[in-house]
Amino acid sequence: MRSLILIVSTVIILILIIQSCEKFQPAAPSEDEILDGPIEGLTNAENIQFLNGDRAFSEVYTSSKGLGPLFVTNSCVSCHSGDGKGHPFSTLTRFGQSDTSGNQFLTMGGPQLQHRAIPGYEPESIPEGASFSRFTPPAVTGLGYLQYVTDADILEMADPNDMDNDGVSGVPNWMPLKDFLQPSTNAISQNGKYIHRFGKKASAYDLLDQTVGAYNQDMGITSTFSPIDTYSGLSIDPEVSDKDVRDVVFYLETLKAPIQRNKDDPEVVQGKNLFVDINCAACHKPTLTTGYSPIDKLSNKTFHPYTDLLLHDMGSNLDDGYTEGAAQTYEWRTPPLWGLGLSPTTQGGQYFLMHDGRANTIEEAILMHGGEAQSSKLLYENLAEQEKNALIKFLESL
Amino acid sequence: MKKRITIVFVLLSALSYSQIDSTLFKRTEKDSSLQLNMDAVYDRPFLSYGKFPVSLGGYAEVNWQHIGTDGVSEGHQFQMRRMTLFVASTISRKIKFLSEIEFEEGGKEIAIEFASIDVEFHPLFNLRSGIIMNPIGAFNQNHDGPKWEFTDRPVSAVQLLPATWSNAGFGLFGKTYKGDWMFGYEFYLSGGFDDEIIDNDLGKTFLPVSKDNPERFTESASGRPLTTAKLAIRNKYVGEIGLSYMGGVYNTYQDDGIILDDKRRLNVFAIDYNTTIPKINTFITGEFVWIHVEVPESYTQQYGNMQHGGFIDVVQPVLQRKMFGWEDATLNLAFRLEYVDWNVGKFDETGGNIADDLWSVMPAISFRPSQQTVFRLNYRIQRQQDFLGNVPANTAGFSFGISSYF
Repeated sequence: MRSLILIVSTVIILILIIQSCEKFQPAAPSEDEILDGPIEGLTNAENIQFLNGDRAFSEVYTSSKGLGPLFVTNSCVSCHSGDGKGHPFSTLTRFGQSDTSGNQFLTMGGPQLQHRAIPGYEPESIPEGASFSRFTPPAVTGLGYLQYVTDADILEMADPNDMDNDGVSGVPNWMPLKDFLQPSTNAISQNGKYIHRFGKKASAYDLLDQTVGAYNQDMGITSTFSPIDTYSGLSIDPEVSDKDVRDVVFYLETLKAPIQRNKDDPEVVQGKNLFVDINCAACHKPTLTTGYSPIDKLSNKTFHPYTDLLLHDMGSNLDDGYTEGAAQTYEWRTPPLWGLGLSPTTQGGQYFLMHDGRANTIEEAILMHGGEAQSSKLLYENLAEQEKNALIKFLESL
Repeated sequence: MKKRITIVFVLLSALSYSQIDSTLFKRTEKDSSLQLNMDAVYDRPFLSYGKFPVSLGGYAEVNWQHIGTDGVSEGHQFQMRRMTLFVASTISRKIKFLSEIEFEEGGKEIAIEFASIDVEFHPLFNLRSGIIMNPIGAFNQNHDGPKWEFTDRPVSAVQLLPATWSNAGFGLFGKTYKGDWMFGYEFYLSGGFDDEIIDNDLGKTFLPVSKDNPERFTESASGRPLTTAKLAIRNKYVGEIGLSYMGGVYNTYQDDGIILDDKRRLNVFAIDYNTTIPKINTFITGEFVWIHVEVPESYTQQYGNMQHGGFIDVVQPVLQRKMFGWEDATLNLAFRLEYVDWNVGKFDETGGNIADDLWSVMPAISFRPSQQTVFRLNYRIQRQQDFLGNVPANTAGFSFGISSYF
């Protein structure tokens, strides 16, 4: 009888464990604490493509899959861990272009340094006389929203001659399209050139351009879009399928926008007002709107990226002497600030801010601003300590 | 290979069927005398038939688990982890053959884990040849599911070292004892690792990937032997300590006589220990491993050149008596602590620590109706950091499993 009771008790305990096991597992972090995840409301078919893209984004390339032989990194996710900003480990080096006449070092490995190599090969080094700049990989969340901002809206924000006299101009990077790209529905052309919007110098047209370039220049992976091997300079068979490239593009388009935290906190609200008062918002535009998108959930949406997608003169201290497209060496595209406060969650617990990760705190980053942002920086320096803290708290909430 | 194995077992089954007389079957129980870890390959229950020189044995492991990481779970998973068959035979006096064939994940992976001819010249001088199980650490040789109180193998044993890592090779082993002391050694030369340990789609230095290379039983990637050596000493009251080394050139540095790369070595050191505390019968076992792999400086630091990790298990019998009709049943409480760092080092760019590490604790309850069978319920709590040291992924969940020799 005792045995029977023991057996029944054991079985009941096991059933209870099986039924309630999820309660003993770690809860998911709240949505505003993480950067990854799809935008809400995708169809089932879109969710499937999102997952396929997620897998392709995480795929680690090896020499047998075509990695390199020269490369910077071996997967998309190793530069954009958790879909957030990169770490100095994955910082890129671009070299060879010091004015708008184009890159003079394309035959010597430009525009990107592949400073790593699979065993048996020697990596590249920067050729003598080439200017260069280092680029920390950006967060990739919310990129779909940025992709579908209309060219008309970007031009509306541009003020190349500073007509409003606020010291802030802002120009688009007009560049010819690469052969494999098509102008978007929202595009405006000027002398056969189109507004490019992605990258530190706004030299990538869209997410396909960005993705194909990353496969080729970061990992040494050729595709039908970009068949030239970075090592030999010759065309070779594609090492990634068109489908994988398209899936990654879709994944990037449909990653959710970062969600602001503590937005009703009085100090955060005060910081937001100060952000506008000292004219940070002249470049870091809080609100933009998408135009038409073939992805229904991205069409005509209002969102809050804190960028104008334009190039601005950032002063001599941030002028590395290197540039891309029509940008000057001292011009940088306004980086979106959304997700800024979550940067340490993907940068190994620290901040590596500005284009090359040279700033280790938000305040350091603010104080590195110059050029068109000089007056805002001075206004920041003149704030009371409590006001500075409120402004930084607001930036951390993004 | 599958076909050959099937034919062998069909023939053996037919033989048993045609002569069935259960009184002639004899179960050889595990040897309970003073043993070292190196004896694990023979320290298993076998079924023999009369004077037939072949003995059979094996074990199976079946699990249920429900594990989640940061709110994401694959749900209920039912797994036939593995079924392993042993065939042993005494070919003649002092010449033995033993093989171990493992079917993993429902037959998705079939591997000869051990198949060696052992020739005894002297207790301290035995020749072993065939597919040998490299004696690195303790778990690799002593891995049978029914011997452990946990449904999962230790992480360090399967993701730092390749558990059930075996290669074609030759070597010597022997042991001796005096009073309460026992000493054993093993020394083997075998095939070994390959370039994929630092060029794999896991994005980390990972020795176990070489298990996926079936050609290692016929062709050594480097053309150089992998040397494995172990010394072990046991005191009846203190326990057993083992020191082991495994190393050699792992990469294909030449092909067709043409030099392709520098020779790159790996070196693995391990220490293992086990003891049973007298009177309270607490069983403690563990091992710790240090791995050094030569990785080209111009390659990526994602593939680390230093790794280390290990585990410790504590098993406390709490009830030993007749239970549910089993005369010699045991109920145990157990606990496993494990740690693995796949990339010990600092970033060249920042000088900061490279993470890529894991901590896990696993309390467990196990019930043994006999020493050959174990029912086990485990709860894993695990924290794993990525290469950059970002917020750890938290994993937890229950697993329940049965493992038994047959």
